[in-house]
This record gives sequence, C-alpha cells and structure tokens, in this order.
Amino acid sequence: MTVPSGEIHSVIQDALSTQKHPTVTVLSSLLAIQDRIGYLPDEAIEETASFMRTSVNDVWGVASFYKNFRFELPATHIVEVCWGPTCSLLGATKVIQKIQSLLGISGEGDTPDRRATLRYNTCLGACAQAPVVSIDHDLKGRVDSERVAAEIHDIFNDKV
Amino acid sequence: MTSFSEIKIRADQQWEDLNSGKVPWIRIGTAMCGLASGAREVVDAFRSEISSRGIDAIVDEVGCLGICSAEPLVDIINNGPPRVFFNNVSVEDVPRLVSGYLENNSSPGADALAYSGGDSIEGLPELGTLRSIQLQERIALRNAGHIAPGDILQYVGNGGYSGLNKALFNMDPEEVIKEITESGLRGRGGAAFPTGVKWGFLVRSPGPPKYILCNCEEGDPGAYNDKGILESDPHTLLEGLIIAGYATGATKGFVFIRHGHEGPIERTEEAIRQAYEIGLLGDQILGSKFSFDIEVSLTGDSYVAGEETALMESIEGKRSMPRSRPPFPAMSGLWGKPTNINNVKTLSYAPEIVSKGSQWFSEIGVNRSKGTAILCLSGNITYPGLYEVPMGITIRQIIDEIGGGVPNGKELKLLQTGGPLGGVLPADSMEINLDFEEMAEAGAILGSGGIIVADEDTCAVDFTRGLVAFCQYESCGKCFPCRLGMTHLLEFIERICRFEGRPDDLELMESVGKTMQAGSLCGHGQLGFNPIRSALQSFPEEFKAHLEDGLCPAGVCPSVINVPKNTRPFADDYNVKQVPIQVDIT
Repeated sequence: MTVPSGEIHSVIQDALSTQKHPTVTVLSSLLAIQDRIGYLPDEAIEETASFMRTSVNDVWGVASFYKNFRFELPATHIVEVCWGPTCSLLGATKVIQKIQSLLGISGEGDTPDRRATLRYNTCLGACAQAPVVSIDHDLKGRVDSERVAAEIHDIFNDKV
Repeated sequence: MTSFSEIKIRADQQWEDLNSGKVPWIRIGTAMCGLASGAREVVDAFRSEISSRGIDAIVDEVGCLGICSAEPLVDIINNGPPRVFFNNVSVEDVPRLVSGYLENNSSPGADALAYSGGDSIEGLPELGTLRSIQLQERIALRNAGHIAPGDILQYVGNGGYSGLNKALFNMDPEEVIKEITESGLRGRGGAAFPTGVKWGFLVRSPGPPKYILCNCEEGDPGAYNDKGILESDPHTLLEGLIIAGYATGATKGFVFIRHGHEGPIERTEEAIRQAYEIGLLGDQILGSKFSFDIEVSLTGDSYVAGEETALMESIEGKRSMPRSRPPFPAMSGLWGKPTNINNVKTLSYAPEIVSKGSQWFSEIGVNRSKGTAILCLSGNITYPGLYEVPMGITIRQIIDEIGGGVPNGKELKLLQTGGPLGGVLPADSMEINLDFEEMAEAGAILGSGGIIVADEDTCAVDFTRGLVAFCQYESCGKCFPCRLGMTHLLEFIERICRFEGRPDDLELMESVGKTMQAGSLCGHGQLGFNPIRSALQSFPEEFKAHLEDGLCPAGVCPSVINVPKNTRPFADDYNVKQVPIQVDIT
C-alpha cells in the first residue's frame, strides 16, 4: 500500500474526488484517503482542508478524534484484538498478552520493523464467537493463545 | 417503470423455483459470526467442489439464522424439500457433503442439525422444534438466514416491499403513522420512546428537506443485532426507512454505520443500488408521487457517535460530540433541518406492521412492551446467538432454554444487559420479564439488546472495571463531568481491584456519578455511573471484601489490567499539539 512520495499528491486527489457516497465531508474525505493509502500523512490533512474549503485546524480536529485514523506509514499486517466484556470473559486477556509477547510490543502499536500493528478494538461484531481477533481484516473467532500464535507465525512467514 | 405487481410475479416465481430444489440450492451463513468461524473458506470450498465435479447447483451467501454456535451453518435443498441444515461445517466436510448428500442422495446422517419442510427425516429434529428456535418469534429477523441479502427478488418473493406498496397506494401518511402508533412500537435503540409519536414530531416540522437517520453505529460490545439485520436482510431496513419517509414527509434517509464493518456496509450499499434499479428508491417510487433517497454514511471509531445529536455531527463530517437540546432534532437536526433518528431494529418492524396491521403487532408482547426483542446472547453461555423473542418472556427462558444455560457445569454469576451503560444483574434476577419497565425497575435496561452472561468464576468488581474502562475510553471529551468523571471512576475501581481501595471510595464514586449525571449532555455521561451503581447494588458483599478484607471471593483480583486508557482528545499520541489532561486525585 506504500505510495511513492512523488505520487502521493495525485493519489490523494484521486481518493478525494472519487468518494463512493454522494455526501462528501471532512470525515468522508479522511476515510477515503486512509482507505486508499493506509494512513493520513500531513499532505492528506492539508489537501482535505483545501478540498473541503476549511482550515487545517478543523481537519486535524476531526482526524485526531476518531480512533481509527493513523498518521504514520501503515505496517504490513494489522492485528486487531477485541477487549470488550464478552471477549474478556472468554479469555481475551491471555490472547492479547500472547500477541504482545510474539510481536515484542506492549500495548497498542507497531512492531519496530513495522511488520505488524496491534490495535485494540472495543467490539469486532462477532460476540457469539468470542474471543475474536481480526488479522488483516479477516475475522477469527474462538481463538486461544495457541491458535493466535499459529496465525501470527503465518504472518511472520508471509503465508498470509 | 415496472409496476410492483410485475416485480412480485417475477420474484414469486423465482422463490418457488429455488425452493423446488430442481437445481440444488445451497445456502451458507456469511454474517460476521459465520465469517469468524471460517464460513468464507467453506463457501469457497463448496464453489470449487461443485464446479470441479460439474454439478449444477446454486450457492447463496445468506445472513445469520441466529444459532451462531452452529456456524458455519450450511443448508441444502436437494431435489425438493426437506431443507437440511448442517452445523459447524468445516472445509474438510465439504467433499463428503457434496459427493454424499448432493450427488448420491445419501442420508444426511450425523452431520446434520435439523431439517425443515417436506417429509420428516429419521433421527433429525424439525428446525422449529429446536429449543433455541421454538421460543422465538421472528419479525425483524424473519428472513435472516433464509434469503440471500444480495438478491432483492428473494426479499420480494417473501412478502418484501408489499408493506411499502400498500402504504404508498392504499394509505395516507397519517394512516401509516396511526398504524405505527397503535401498534405500540417503541424505539429499540435504548430509550423506548413511542415510534409513532416520534414520527409525528417530524410531520409537523417544516420541509423539505427533512431527514430520517437510521442508526446502526452500534458500538456496544456484546451487541451485533443491528449489524446482523443489515447483513442478513438489508431490504427490511430499507423498506422500513422508505415507509418512515413516506409517513413523515421526509426527503432523504441516511444509514449510519461504523467504518470497517465491511459485511453490513457492503450488503446495505448493494441493497440500495438494487432498490434504485428497480424503482423502489429515487423519484416517484413505484410510480407514486413520493420520492425518497437513501445513502450510507460512515463514521470513524467513536462510541458516542451512536448518540443522536453526535450522529448528526458525524454525518456532517465533524467530531461526533453531542449537541445541546433544545433545539430538538425534529426542529433542527442534520444541517439544521428537521430530522428523525430511529434505530435499525425499530425501522425493521415497520414493513410487517404496515402489511399485517397494528392489531397483529400489539398482540405480541406484554403491557406497554409490544412486539419482540432482538437479543444478542454472549459470554459464558452454551448457545450464544442472535435471537428474536416475544416481549414478556423471562430471563430464565432466555438463558436456560434458548441459550442452553451456563456451560461446563458452572453456576450463573451475573448478567449484563443493555450495553456498557446498562446494568449488572445478579443471578437471582432470572424471573424478571423482558419488559422495558420491569427491566428498568430492576436497575437494568434492555437497551441495545445485548445480554452478556458470566459464570461463577467471574469477579463482579473486575467485570465492572472492564465496563468502566470502556466508558472511560469512549467518553468523547466534550463535557468535563463525563471526561474527568469516567477517569476518576476508573481510578477508583482499579485501585479497589488492587485491594488498595480506601474507606470512603464508595461514597466518592457515588458523588462523582451524581455530578456526571447532572452535568453531561448525553447519555454517556448521564449513565456512565450505571455499571458501578448496579454492580454495587447487586454485589455489595463482593465490593466490601475487596475494600475491607483485601480478598477477591472469585479469586480473580488483583487481575492483569490490560485495557487501553484514553480519554479524547487522544491526539497527544501523535504529532498534534494538544496538551493531555492529567488527573491525579490521590
């Protein structure tokens, strides 16, 4: 998903001008850019401001509010874990600890080599299959430490 | 312009053909519960298996039949009824099912869960006799798991859009509102406000433009019923939304969903596209004088975006923070125009109420709680799932009979209902009836319909800490009593979990809770103390043990605290110049 810096302007412009829903707002623009390039570089904020005829400050206000926006280059893989009450009851804490130890990080964030990002999610929407994780937007239910370890192993061996 | 009767004839014919099984019809549940258990791979396996064997069969992706514990769930009509349901199908099972059941008509055997329609199959129960199904009354979910959400004709073939057709050509808008009011339908988003009355507010507001917003933000952990409806049967929502538009004189509807939930989003977008194509949306719907548009609006990750005024801010593209009221949305809502907000579930009842009449709907349920409740059962429960039950049945019936009780021989410890801002109920609340008023009296709310079941190994204080952590994390930060109050409450309960609580902590929490209730614009702050209040009421001894004796009766605490802490604005994580708010009350 990495875009060469020379092309970033045209990619952002294209994302801004080809949004899929008729109502175009600051938020819809930011979502469209992040969908396209995986993060919001400074140019995204500035170009959204000029596209929407508003201030950079206002755009930052929106971008910094919603938890799903990121401002650094995306990692290759994204692992999301649910820590909602249902998943917690069924063992999410152990799953989270296992993922963190495998990725070598504590808390949310990227691995130092940016191979993977860990994100906490409050509900992935499949509570009946708790605990749930999502690996590269692919839901996996009823996971335990061992199964998660196998999935993470696949990521690091680029099988996924 | 094709008339509705032409569409209907085509749809009925298609539905009849599909059910005849002349061409085998395979339906596979690919709602999020299905996908999380591997349904995507099962769909692929079926497609490749039947194509490599040169079998002529239709493979449809459907929504959630509700018995999520049986996912991946596959059902097959082969050479006519009965329809046979196979549960927990894995990729390895697929060749056997195709060669055995499909090609050689062998007995479904031990792989099957149930059958429905046609002749009985020895050793297999009829689907309707399964306890999880028997107690249900499916109205909003009537098509879930039965029709392909991506095929509008399957919806029409099951009576879909007949309610809209009736409303447009046989009823005045006032009559539609009267019908909805008399049905006793109340909002299913949490507030339980009479829907007909709410629609009436919008009628009296000046327009055009006027808007109807359908709220599917559904950030509540433990609830996926709104998303379940959109994934399983998006047209039932669209039909309800168009009926609401006709009744109130609105010009446009928005379906509001959180970005990232691809299943519900894509299926709703596809349904909207098909509805336009067939003339059920856009100018002069079905040749009537009524015109209406629907658009999907996506929000970022923010729980408060599900609050009605914050939702409008989000559609306008701003931070989803609640507005002051008055003015109320019916006067000044989205872009300052008259607006009505309904939950997905509420709108999804409208087509059937218009089709079958208010009398029919009001006979289901009890007291002032009419119709059904759509529940998501999860946690320590044998059969977690998405169930629709008539109002008035007891919690015991839901937990023990539909849900199959607490597994592994454990005892029930607590129930958490209505989302994180709802209540924590003790095990002895099993005789409570599912009724808006009775639930409220017991200190819980039906709310979004999530019921989380926890067994005896759960510590009530630790469980509550998780709820408080969620509420703290999701405070939008606009009202300081909520923003700071939730942080205080989390600090209190975390130190109680570490056995470091102080004698006056309970009193202090109560005081913070009262301030939040008095000083917050929306339900998030107003109800933010609810988890602690109800847990304290239900489990006073357990709090006392943590506070005074340094003991956790369940043996959980001091637990690992592994939840993110973040009150908005959180931008201090990044290169935005914001001063983080530090709270230290110790």
